[in-house]
Amino acid sequence: MRFAISLFTVLAIASIIGTVLKQNEPYANYIFQFGQFWFTVFQWMGLYDVYRTPWFVTILAFLVVSTGTCVYRNLPGMLREIRSYRENATEQSLRHFHHHGEFASHGNPTAILMQYLDVQGYRYRQQEQGGNLLIAAKRGSANRVSYLFTHSAIILICLGGLLDSNLPLKVEQAFGIKRLETRDIPASQIPAISRLSPDNLSFRGNVDIPEGESADVVFLNIADGYLVQDLPFKIALTKFHISHYSTGQPKSFASDIVILDKTTGKPLLTHTITVNHPLTYDGIAIYQASFGDGGTRLNLDGWNLFDHQGTPFLVTGAVHKSTTLAADNTRYTIEFTDFRPFNIENRGGDDQTQHDTRSVFGGSAVADKKNLHNVGPNFQYKVRRPDGQAREYSNYMLPIKVDGRWYLLSGMRDAPNEAFRYIRFPLDPDRTLTGFMRLRGAMLNPALFPQIAQRFAQSVLHDTNPATQAQLADSTVKILEIFSKGGYKTLSTFIANKIPAAQRDLAAQTYLKILALSAFEAYRMTQVQAGRPAPKADDATGWFIRDSLTAMNDIFFYGAPVYLQLSTYDEVKATGLQLTRTPGEFIVFGGSGLLVLGIFTGFFVRERRLWLLIKPDQVLFAMSSSRKTLDFEKDFALRKQHIMEILKEN
Amino acid sequence: MQLSQTMPRPALIKQLNIFDWLFSALLWGGAIYAFNLYGTHMDSYEKVFLFGAAAVFSALGWFWKPIRMLLLTVAVLSLMGIADYHGDLARAQSSFFLKYILASQTAVMWMSVLFVMATLTYWIGLAARSDFAAQVGSALTWSALTMGIVGLLVRWYESYLISPDVGHIPVSNLYEVFILFSIITALLYLYYEAHYATRQMGAFVLPVISAAVGFLLWYTFDRQAQSIQPLVPALQSYWMKIHVPANFIGYGSFSLAAMVGVAYLFVDKGILASRLPKLDVLDDVMYKSIAVGFGFFTLATILGALWASEAWGGYWSWDPKETWALIVWLNYAAWLHIRLVKGLRGPVLAWWAVVGLFVTVFAFLGVNMFLSGLHSYGTL
Ligand code: HEM
Repeated sequence: MRFAISLFTVLAIASIIGTVLKQNEPYANYIFQFGQFWFTVFQWMGLYDVYRTPWFVTILAFLVVSTGTCVYRNLPGMLREIRSYRENATEQSLRHFHHHGEFASHGNPTAILMQYLDVQGYRYRQQEQGGNLLIAAKRGSANRVSYLFTHSAIILICLGGLLDSNLPLKVEQAFGIKRLETRDIPASQIPAISRLSPDNLSFRGNVDIPEGESADVVFLNIADGYLVQDLPFKIALTKFHISHYSTGQPKSFASDIVILDKTTGKPLLTHTITVNHPLTYDGIAIYQASFGDGGTRLNLDGWNLFDHQGTPFLVTGAVHKSTTLAADNTRYTIEFTDFRPFNIENRGGDDQTQHDTRSVFGGSAVADKKNLHNVGPNFQYKVRRPDGQAREYSNYMLPIKVDGRWYLLSGMRDAPNEAFRYIRFPLDPDRTLTGFMRLRGAMLNPALFPQIAQRFAQSVLHDTNPATQAQLADSTVKILEIFSKGGYKTLSTFIANKIPAAQRDLAAQTYLKILALSAFEAYRMTQVQAGRPAPKADDATGWFIRDSLTAMNDIFFYGAPVYLQLSTYDEVKATGLQLTRTPGEFIVFGGSGLLVLGIFTGFFVRERRLWLLIKPDQVLFAMSSSRKTLDFEKDFALRKQHIMEILKEN
Repeated sequence: MQLSQTMPRPALIKQLNIFDWLFSALLWGGAIYAFNLYGTHMDSYEKVFLFGAAAVFSALGWFWKPIRMLLLTVAVLSLMGIADYHGDLARAQSSFFLKYILASQTAVMWMSVLFVMATLTYWIGLAARSDFAAQVGSALTWSALTMGIVGLLVRWYESYLISPDVGHIPVSNLYEVFILFSIITALLYLYYEAHYATRQMGAFVLPVISAAVGFLLWYTFDRQAQSIQPLVPALQSYWMKIHVPANFIGYGSFSLAAMVGVAYLFVDKGILASRLPKLDVLDDVMYKSIAVGFGFFTLATILGALWASEAWGGYWSWDPKETWALIVWLNYAAWLHIRLVKGLRGPVLAWWAVVGLFVTVFAFLGVNMFLSGLHSYGTL
């Protein structure tokens, strides 16, 4: 018994570990979190998949074995107990009962006492004991069954669970019969040692299927690799649907699928799977688990950020595909990673839960308040340099209003665990990027600097002599050159190097003013040249110029030679299905039913034993119960009183 | 031979009086009326639920008489509230009755105030040895309970007024289940109060309800959690409707047991001993409460497994919430074994019941706050 309690405690403590440490994450995350040393220690202890480690399974096995032996040892006794009336109790022993009483009697009360027991629902046996009659009665023996039910239920549940666990796979791995695949290669090329046959007894795997495509395998992700489970059929996805409530929360996720014959390709069944409504086919349950992009085709405007041409070039791509771009004699690979047609949540950050259709997260009363508006489509890509280094970008298709002004946003980060930092490209009065791009073109083109500087000098010094104007124009050209090489940073380095400390603040202010005003001249020039109306010198234009300079400055830290603006897309969704075969489920649920039955009979059926030893002029009465509760005390008091009254009136 | 006199245990059915039958007739009449009105829109589950509810509440009312009055009052008030909406949610602000009494938000506020008042009154009763104050405490608890249930029922209706596709039973987020928790704990307490004919435990049990109310108020005023949110796909399931209430019978019972455990420890140390029930009574309530809680918690966990098997593709995936449910379960299984098998009694078990509350609260709230998983049913 003490052993059982210790097992409960050990099991509870061991279970806690797995709730504190996130289980079954990619190994890279753990290395990042703990560093290499602790990563290895924890890996050795199996903490990334605690509930399937040999030591955890051993604890469970102990529980099953000890409960099993307990049942085995107690079964005969319990059965005897259930059947027995304990009619061999002696007068001596009855007097030792805590709950007993003695009453005087006259005549023969046997018949009426038996009638009383009948009415009260007791069953009884009688026995002669040295001239006296012993009536041994009992009720609620089913209470004893509860022990058997609950304990066998635990054994059943554990065994059923074991049947569905991946323990056999672990054993096969340990003996080298199966080996994890860690390479990222097409399913068809995966060798037999990493494949599981369709008649595998139990499995749980996932597969992503893009619209219009099909799959006949699922992947079992284990530790840092995976195994491939061949299915006895093929699943094709016709269409994946998401619908939303008017508030923006997801309302339903549904996959229209067709089950196809694996060899002939003949359609066998058409069905729509939704969350909470899986399909069971051929003993395999198919669940809606997640969704993602299935290769949306993207048409993009590429803006070369270091070239002074103000026009974009066409780029086409598709999610999960990549393309190459050459700039500055370097070949960049652009890997398109994701596309989302709506973005209801906070900007940026690709939370796992967002793509998990099974999450109940939206059920929270407060989680959704802050992010309730749709900011439109967004796509993500990585720009990889020839040395393999990559940065990740997340661009929004539609302009977003910030502080009352419209921008196109592009987020950038160096590593997946960072948040995106956003660069804001300001939009011209036509709500397009062209105004900014033309201005940026002029500000990057040294050939135009003298002209810009000239115009600026004229505009501020129109009534002074040409020599002063020329002097100002010269310094303006200088400032424009410095800014075009590295933004505010080169400008401030220049100030720090060339100007005495006392005058730096003033100089910086002057330079910034010159920069802003000449940028305004440049903007006017480019707009007029492009046949657009000349911008007015108003507040809006002022902000546009400031925002443009900030964006131009940020481009130096953007890390990619190109900004990709999404112009049109052709969405292809993909569904994430989970497929399982769990023969142990029925055993587990059968066991669960038994457990509930056992617990409720145990607590609500009251077991009582009652003895009446009828002597010539006296009745000895005793009672016992397996549960000494107040109810029993009350019951005893009541019986005692009744019997007393019966005997008195007899 | 006057055997009949001394056999005061006729079958339940023979003990029923005219009011019991009237009560049942009302329930079944209501169910049939609702069926005639809406039967064509109901699926078979809903039909079973409707008539099942009539049967269950009939039996409950027969078994414990005050339920009849409670249900009648709740029915009248909720129907008044619903009727007063005239199908227009905006009337929550314009109609006097809705704005000040019956709109779900207001009803919940009334529940909160009444529970806090009940707590204070029970303590006054205990301090002043006043039976009258304790009676007022019970009356306040009954009223709080009534307003809480009315609040939930009207909220249920309001959710459909927002939009038919948003409508759902109000047991779907942390705000709603806190109301449910308060109601269930109060109901369990009132049962024990009647069963053991002692009102003194109220001073200990009501504070845990007041604490829940405190959380609810913070959640409302600081986080605006009271607004009705539609159900995400994973929550659109029949299992939710039974899994959640079953769980809260468990949580409510465990909390009650812990608070009675506190009372036990007080009496054991001689504090308030003359004012509180005897140790064996407290021990008995604690045991019963844990036993009932354990039964329902087991049931709830199994219902959760059935649901998970449908929604997540596996009956048990060692999600943090599931795992903590297992830990809570193991804790009380150990408690029951020690008591039933070893026959252990006394302060150790009372302490253990109190510690059990912390484990339970962690499983209920802590998991949502500190751990992540599919089950993060309501972040704060
Ligand atoms: C409400 C449910 C339960 C009741 C009423 C109950 C009752 C009992 C009883 C009466 C014994 C004593 C047997 C003896 O005298 O040796 C016992 C022992 C034991 N129980 Fe339970 N039990 C319950 C649930 C469980 C559960 C859920 C587990 C395991 C997860 C479990 C595991 C054990 C073990 C391992 C023993 C020790 C056997 C021994 O050492 O002889 N029990 N239980």
